Amino acid sequence: MGSALASDRAVYLPGTVRVAAKILVVGHFAVGKTTFVGSLSEIRPLRTEETMTQAGALVDDLRGTEDKTTTTVAMDFGRLTLSESLVLYLFGAPGQRRFTRLWRDMTHGALGALVLADTRRLEQSFPVMAVLEEHGLPYAVAVNHFQGAPRFAESEVREALDLLPETPLVTCDARDRTSSTQALIALVQHLQSRQARISQEQA
Amino acid sequence: MSPGRRERGLVRPYVVTDGRAYPTRNTFDLVTLVMAHPDRPLTGLSPEKRRVMELCLGGALSVAEVAGYLELPVSVTKVLLGDLVDSGHISARSPIPAAELPDTQLLQEVLDGLRARL
Ligand SMILES: Nc1nc2c(ncn2[C@@H]2O[C@H](COP(=O)(O)OP(=O)(O)OP(=O)(O)O)[C@@H](O)[C@H]2O)c(=O)[nH]1
Ligand SMILES: [Mg+2]
Repeated sequence: MGSALASDRAVYLPGTVRVAAKILVVGHFAVGKTTFVGSLSEIRPLRTEETMTQAGALVDDLRGTEDKTTTTVAMDFGRLTLSESLVLYLFGAPGQRRFTRLWRDMTHGALGALVLADTRRLEQSFPVMAVLEEHGLPYAVAVNHFQGAPRFAESEVREALDLLPETPLVTCDARDRTSSTQALIALVQHLQSRQARISQEQA
Repeated sequence: MSPGRRERGLVRPYVVTDGRAYPTRNTFDLVTLVMAHPDRPLTGLSPEKRRVMELCLGGALSVAEVAGYLELPVSVTKVLLGDLVDSGHISARSPIPAAELPDTQLLQEVLDGLRARL
């Protein structure tokens, strides 16, 4: 496949699309981000990588950096054409907060984020939520339920995650398209009510 | 998964962008939509810019998709696209403005679009 032209694999947007929106799907290691994006995407999910120093700077010149600690940050993303004129991109990204520049790029212009959580390690979601709060990006939380993972009452999960009362908490199965769509719907409804609240306060 | 950059023997990003780490103008977002002008000559373009053009001549894609298909870092892709916009080969359709709040209509359209998929 190495010699294939990229244009042979590309699935182009309809010529009528005018607006592109962006939602982030974030969460700790192996929580189901790639699975979630893959369940919803109309294209085979793509991946981009950035090489970063441990300090969080982007590295484009790889010469002479062998002795510095660098790490690769991968983002999977998928696409949903929502109407003739509107396309939505979903970016799955790990929650490490040290990659400041990358987060700035990713959150810039994003509508909001869906935080995937796993009841077996809820505490690992804290840094993920912290980085979103730092960048002022509104979010909803979706517990991606794994077989054998403990099921808790919603109030217990809320308390364990220390969620604000208005932050939506839903359960989803990242492997299931309908369930994943419903989790995104919960996020967008939250964004709408937040917007209504803020514009009321400003009025 | 497709083979990685290194296995494909692509030149180093630094070389690709003439040593520039960031684009001359900061106009690209991950979801900026770009398309190529079919009538612009490709002579004089670097091999990497030709690859961008070859991809983008097929239709509209986001900056992230260009980076994904070409297996280039997003930062490098933005530099290449910025040059191609400057030379009139590519035009970019700006994404949603990075306002404090996305507009009401946009959120409603996203919601309607998601509901229609259920
Ligand atoms: N049982 C169950 N397994 C799941 C679910 N979602 C994901 N998995 C599995 O969990 C593993 C990790 O899922 P990924 O989607 O790769 O998780 P990720 O967050 O992208 O992981 P990293 O990118 O490595 O951080 C995979 O083997 C998935 O098949 C789920 O809802 N239920
Ligand atoms: Mg993943």
